[in-house]
Amino acid sequence: MTVHVPDDTTDQAAEITRLRAELESWKAAALGTRQRAADFSTISGLPIEPVYTALDTGAPAPLPGNYPYTRGIHPTMYRGRLWTMRQFAGFGTAEDTNARYKFLLERGQTGLSVAFDFPTLMGYDADHPRSEGEVGKCGVAISSLADMETLFDGIPLDKVSVSMTINGPAAILFCFFVAAAERQGVDIAALQGTIQNDILKEFVAQHAWIYPVEPSLKIIVDLFEWTSTHTPNWNSISISGYHIREAGSTAAQELAFTLVNGFTYVERGIARGLDVDQFAPRLSFFWDVHNDFFEEIAKMRAARRIWARHLRERYGATDERSLKMRFHCQTAGVSLTAQQPLNNVARVAYQAMAAVLGGTQSLHTNAYDETLALPTEHSVRVALRTQQILAHETGVAHSADPLGGSYLVEALTDRLEEEAEAIFAEVEAMGGTVAAIEAGWFQREIAQSAARFQAEVETGGKVVVGLNAFVEDDEQPIDILRIDESAEVEQRRRMVAMRASRDESLVASRLAALEAAGRDDRNIIPAMLDCARAYCTLYEIRHVLEEVWGAYREPVFF
Amino acid sequence: MMMATMDSPPLPRPVRVLVAKPGLDGHDRGAKVVAAALRDAGMEVIYTGLHQTPEMIATAAVQEDVDVVGLSILSGAHMTLFPRVRALLVEMDRPDILLTGGGIIPAEDIESLMALGVGKLFGPGTPTGDLIAYINDWARTNLTA
Repeated sequence: MTVHVPDDTTDQAAEITRLRAELESWKAAALGTRQRAADFSTISGLPIEPVYTALDTGAPAPLPGNYPYTRGIHPTMYRGRLWTMRQFAGFGTAEDTNARYKFLLERGQTGLSVAFDFPTLMGYDADHPRSEGEVGKCGVAISSLADMETLFDGIPLDKVSVSMTINGPAAILFCFFVAAAERQGVDIAALQGTIQNDILKEFVAQHAWIYPVEPSLKIIVDLFEWTSTHTPNWNSISISGYHIREAGSTAAQELAFTLVNGFTYVERGIARGLDVDQFAPRLSFFWDVHNDFFEEIAKMRAARRIWARHLRERYGATDERSLKMRFHCQTAGVSLTAQQPLNNVARVAYQAMAAVLGGTQSLHTNAYDETLALPTEHSVRVALRTQQILAHETGVAHSADPLGGSYLVEALTDRLEEEAEAIFAEVEAMGGTVAAIEAGWFQREIAQSAARFQAEVETGGKVVVGLNAFVEDDEQPIDILRIDESAEVEQRRRMVAMRASRDESLVASRLAALEAAGRDDRNIIPAMLDCARAYCTLYEIRHVLEEVWGAYREPVFF
Repeated sequence: MMMATMDSPPLPRPVRVLVAKPGLDGHDRGAKVVAAALRDAGMEVIYTGLHQTPEMIATAAVQEDVDVVGLSILSGAHMTLFPRVRALLVEMDRPDILLTGGGIIPAEDIESLMALGVGKLFGPGTPTGDLIAYINDWARTNLTA
């Protein structure tokens, strides 16, 4: 331990002794009488001391912009440029969602984020029998290049950055996107945005998978390779803790499971023969921001430090862009309550502030009605305005890492780093990430944490306002967005029209070429992009590769 | 949360429950928490895993001879999936199986589904004790040895 003292002539050991004595007498005088009968642990269960001092922290972290970037990846942080306000949106048909995007852009949103419906997330066309009842319900239905063109109609893809939350069929949707940009006449090298493309966390938590683990990883490395030369400003992956946390993990598990997934992608890229500095600068991350304010800030600070250290020391990265963890944050959907839904506005605001104090590059703030339905225009506007108030009224964006040096935040940052390193060692002992997934280890750990939290809520150990405390007996329902079946009918009609107007022999030959690329173990992206250009559908592309690789089968347990 | 049956006569045998995730929705946190809570309350619980069709669920319910089927649906597809599973159970001559569940389901949709013979449906924030009490109450009048 090093205690930071203002006067370098002071003897370190004597100062530590003095601080310890001061703390002990403070504890003897202050504690025992004036503490509420409450749970003083974090939402994840980490114990929190009544006060933190210099005894709890190490040497001061280097300044923002300096390795290992605990205090932020940019020297001036938001003083240089505010975070990107990027609201995740999508519902109904591509036309419906295109209108919502224009609504958000006109109101000062600075980037787009596509929510796809479940059929699209699983690689099914809107007119596939398995899609029935789910088309356009939880996101937008995109079954071919034609839908992607409609989705971005009138939105210049070389100007607006786009994030796409898609994983199992990520490469297919990315090819639709690139082909749509080509149709707009845009230079694809100028494309900016992110494809989530994080299949490991699908196996761990979110469950929108298609192929078995190994071919799924192969496609991801194909995309790393292709994007590094063709779309150099595109983030080829968003390694996501969000879904792991929402499925029930603790903050430390979110941090560690996500980072081991990240390390696995780095190892696979290197195993392909890629130079780590060729693809690591375009790896990005995605964190959940939950209710526990300081724990969340500490998690993001620890994440940056761990990533930088491992990339440099374990994987030999030298380009500082490879070491700098860039990330998106979303406030925690799972923290919101269906009871007294307007209370969620307050939860979202605190979470958003934690994301900013944690140094996020972009942010989605949830709408207060998320536990009831997809958000209305009213609720998304409140969510966006919450970010604008944070950016322009609270003053939190004036100074980089304003909580750096806080005894509590620094101690929690160290603690989360230690917890994460212990989990890395545990995963390694099991034979690595893929072995742990196939054994269902991550999945069980998450389910156990979820059950533990549920029990704490039901016994009142953890207070949830409006749910197990401060309950209202007579609640009035609020207006919600309803997605009717017309989107499904309209989307099926569009599919029929699209199929009738395309060149079927071209479709067949492009699909055959893709299948051959899969069988020959070549990079599949060029052949897949050719399929997209020929208006092959999502399911047609999914299916030819399923013929080559088969499908993933989950280990079922509870 | 398991006190619901304490002062009631014991059931002739444990209730058998199939917890199922129909459709393409992968959000299984709720289904797993519920499955574990029902098991801890003494029920025999089978969990289907993800991405099940109504046909797969109804077939599993009949083959496993369950008393209760619980569907977890967060995808908005409840108005398609609940009626389909209910119709299949009736078609397979098992209208006696209680079809219940939960998820993100607007109140007026719950009313429409109950009119079709679906049991009680539970929304976000429901204590697991409420589900256990509901199933046990149902079992006391409907369960046969």
